[in-house]
Amino acid sequence: MKTFSYARARDAAEAVTGFTPGTMYLGGGTNLVDLMRLGVAAPDRLVDVSRLPLDGIGFAGETLHIGAAVRNSDLAAHPLVRTRYPMLARAVLAGASGQIRNMATVGGNLLQRTRCPYFQDISRPCNKRQPGSGCPAIEGDHSNLAIIGHSDHCVATHPSDMAVALAALDANVYLTGPDGDRVITMPGLHRLPGDTPERDTVLEPGELIIGVELPPPPPGPSTYRKVRERASYAFALVSVAALLDVAEDGVIREARLALGGVAHVPWRARHAEQALRGAPATEVAFTRAADAELAHAQPLARNGYKVPLSRNVIVRTLLELMP
Amino acid sequence: MNRVEGRDKVTGRATYAYEYQAGEAAYVYPVQAAIARGRIRAIDAREALAMPGVLAVLSSDDPPELQADADAELALLQNREVAYYGQIVAAVVADSLEIARAAAETVRVEYEAEPPHVQLRADDPDLYTPEKVNPAFPTTTSQGDVTAGLARADVTVDETYTTATMHNNPMEPHAAIAAWAPDGSLTVWDSTQGPSADRDLVAKVLGLPADQVRIISQHVGGGFGAKGTTRPHAVLAALAARAVKRPAKVAVTRQQMFDLTGYRTPTIQRIRLGAAADGRLTAISHEVVEQTSMIKEFAEQTATPTRVMYASPALYTTHRLVRLNVPTPSWMRAPGEAPGMFALESAMDELALAAGIDPVELRIRNEPQAEPDSGLPFSSRNLVACLREGARRFGWAGRDPRPRMRRDGRYLIGTGVAASTYPARRRPSTANVRVTGDGFEVRIAASDIGTGARTALTEIAARALSVPADQVLVELGDSALPTASLAGGSMGTASWGSAVVKAGEDLLKNGGTEGTADTSEDVEADSELARHAFGAQFAEVRVDMDTGEVRAARLLGVFAAGRIIDETLARSQFIGGMTMGLGMALMEQTVVDEHSGGFLNHDLAQYHVPAHADVLGIEAAWIDEDDAHLNPMGAKGIGEIGIVGTAAAIASAVYHATGQRVRDLPITPAKLVS
Repeated sequence: MKTFSYARARDAAEAVTGFTPGTMYLGGGTNLVDLMRLGVAAPDRLVDVSRLPLDGIGFAGETLHIGAAVRNSDLAAHPLVRTRYPMLARAVLAGASGQIRNMATVGGNLLQRTRCPYFQDISRPCNKRQPGSGCPAIEGDHSNLAIIGHSDHCVATHPSDMAVALAALDANVYLTGPDGDRVITMPGLHRLPGDTPERDTVLEPGELIIGVELPPPPPGPSTYRKVRERASYAFALVSVAALLDVAEDGVIREARLALGGVAHVPWRARHAEQALRGAPATEVAFTRAADAELAHAQPLARNGYKVPLSRNVIVRTLLELMP
Repeated sequence: MNRVEGRDKVTGRATYAYEYQAGEAAYVYPVQAAIARGRIRAIDAREALAMPGVLAVLSSDDPPELQADADAELALLQNREVAYYGQIVAAVVADSLEIARAAAETVRVEYEAEPPHVQLRADDPDLYTPEKVNPAFPTTTSQGDVTAGLARADVTVDETYTTATMHNNPMEPHAAIAAWAPDGSLTVWDSTQGPSADRDLVAKVLGLPADQVRIISQHVGGGFGAKGTTRPHAVLAALAARAVKRPAKVAVTRQQMFDLTGYRTPTIQRIRLGAAADGRLTAISHEVVEQTSMIKEFAEQTATPTRVMYASPALYTTHRLVRLNVPTPSWMRAPGEAPGMFALESAMDELALAAGIDPVELRIRNEPQAEPDSGLPFSSRNLVACLREGARRFGWAGRDPRPRMRRDGRYLIGTGVAASTYPARRRPSTANVRVTGDGFEVRIAASDIGTGARTALTEIAARALSVPADQVLVELGDSALPTASLAGGSMGTASWGSAVVKAGEDLLKNGGTEGTADTSEDVEADSELARHAFGAQFAEVRVDMDTGEVRAARLLGVFAAGRIIDETLARSQFIGGMTMGLGMALMEQTVVDEHSGGFLNHDLAQYHVPAHADVLGIEAAWIDEDDAHLNPMGAKGIGEIGIVGTAAAIASAVYHATGQRVRDLPITPAKLVS
């Protein structure tokens, strides 16, 4: 049988130093352990980073620093997050279940894998799991898969709610690794599938997320809206993280918009944002902005509903943020 | 009354099938077909057999000895044909579950694959008419002239309704431990809804006399029909134990349950209704298309409730099947009634709109005097009372029938109603009651699958013996106890209770210390009557105008089901059924891969059953019903009626809210958003 070793790292440096090919970092285990049970992931070695001293949330100057080992439930409940970044608190609470949020970490949430049914079933081909084996989802069931940014090799979506809010907030993800430290601004951590869908992110082997930093949010109210057929414990059909800052003359000063459930990455809707900035805050302008973004959508045979759904949710969410 | 085994369950002392200690057990893990149609060319198990801890690999290379006429889903590893994706093609037996599973992954199966047919279509050229539908109803019934009835109707409805493939998902996945004794007898600890029937079938498959097999099933974590028939894991455990001469354990994973433990067939149902201007039906036609597997026929009795519901001079029902490269469908809570009443009751709602008659009133106007198809008198029928009481409780009066008239912010609000029905039958059972040191012991091979059967039988026995319930101990869940029918078809309590009451009477009558009963002759002598429970389901939904998300704000079910034996247990059964109906309406749907076959969303994260957050307001009520033609308790079964009609009430409420009639379940945002 497949055996693996388990080690608990004392600090990030020890985790990275101990990294060898076949090692995987273990956060809350709410996705990785499932994937191991399914045979999708088969690490030789687990390095547990869930108890690293990276579990703080606090201001460093104007930015809010969140340790990678902070549990999702603690993040969502934190007063600074709730008051200054409501879209983030709401996004986290929209995900999974209470029990899972108690286990899941910030770092692990960002690195969770797609829930595409083909990816999760080792009896079936999947380019993400087994490069070159094919993507049966394109001709098969893709009813909850990507409508934008997908490729002929993969039509999976990124499942995280939290990452959508982080993408809208320009969050910086702090990494440490064998070749040193670096910072990546969201949504740059995740990558489109192209012809290498086996790579979800730009992380290099051995790189470890140690924290997330939120710059001061732009002024204006923000929220997160998730659409799903089941009221709880379901991945998004479409979700929207949005922030809207409207000047007194009714002109949009700043808008942030990111979509979940539509792409291989948390999808920052930059076309829509561009259309919104400087436009009057009206339903017409919101619809035009949504259409500007969705003009790039290429829905598959059975997920075309996500285009009007995305449009409606974008427009409604922005309307609800109007002063 | 509180569950008599409640304390054992919450403290972890209740023992489920997989938890027994049966000596030094071996562990079994199946290898499942990775094609949906074709033949096995070769099986290479060398790598598995070379792994330390592997005891045996079972496969069709050396077919285990089974009876030639064994049930096709239980005739494991007998030939090289693959009937469906996920079918068991080999199994590894090992010292640990981990080794068995790892070894199973190394077994190389070479196939000669053919393109499978896995999609149910109403125009499939291979559709055929089965000889009967589950379990033994006529496939087709015909009264009067439907064509003429439709021709003279003032109002007609002719629509097609479809329901999805659905899977039972009891909390406890199926499991079994099998142990052979030196004398050749077999004990199986199994998760089953019927120890006696399981014993008979396991014995038959293995070619043993029934008295050489014992099934123990003390506690079962839900079944809904998935554990109503013997499933392959029990046979596999027995075969593995025989092969390695050790007890063997099989735990079916959640994913494997989708392939191996049955499911509800998808259905395509055409309903035609004709009515005079006053709403009185002139014709009803219900034509069903559904699927079965290549290896076994299971024909869901989807149109049978239509034979029971409404008065009409012309009434036609029929079923056609097609054999696909899929597992054999089986029972899922209210097989027949659940999908059939979605179609019939949705059509009744459409007829009410077309005729301009309130949907509650339309149903009342079509109340029959006798069972429409058979002409038999009803033992009791209180559908009208349920509709009226439900309308009163729900606040139905004054409802504006026009769609899209109620709104709350961005939510469209609508209400709907549907009728509900389920047969009230009983089967022969035997029971034994004896005096013990401090009370009475009731012995019967019944099954408590989480319904509270143990508790209900305790109450029934206490009443029969005129003693407090704490003086009664019920022993069930063991085929060594007096033979009993299974927990299925909403017949458990009626069947077992009849035997328990009779055994109690026997004890009191002979003034001794023991009473026995066999109800075979009583059941045989039951007069010919139409016996059914009825109910009325009301739903209020909120539909998000932007997203098409539907939430059921209120569900109310009012049922007439004879005498209710225990209010607490009954309420759980009713609202549990209604919640499952909510799932059927809004989210439950197993997705098949059209090209390769097999079920895709085979876990609880992907196959959505309702979460607590989906159940906003739910209420079950019942009206007193005095029916002397049923059984000594005067009770009708209540395990299934709660799911019947819920989906139609919700679908009609969605129409009322939005003006969109969704005839294809489940009603997901994808079908409503625009």
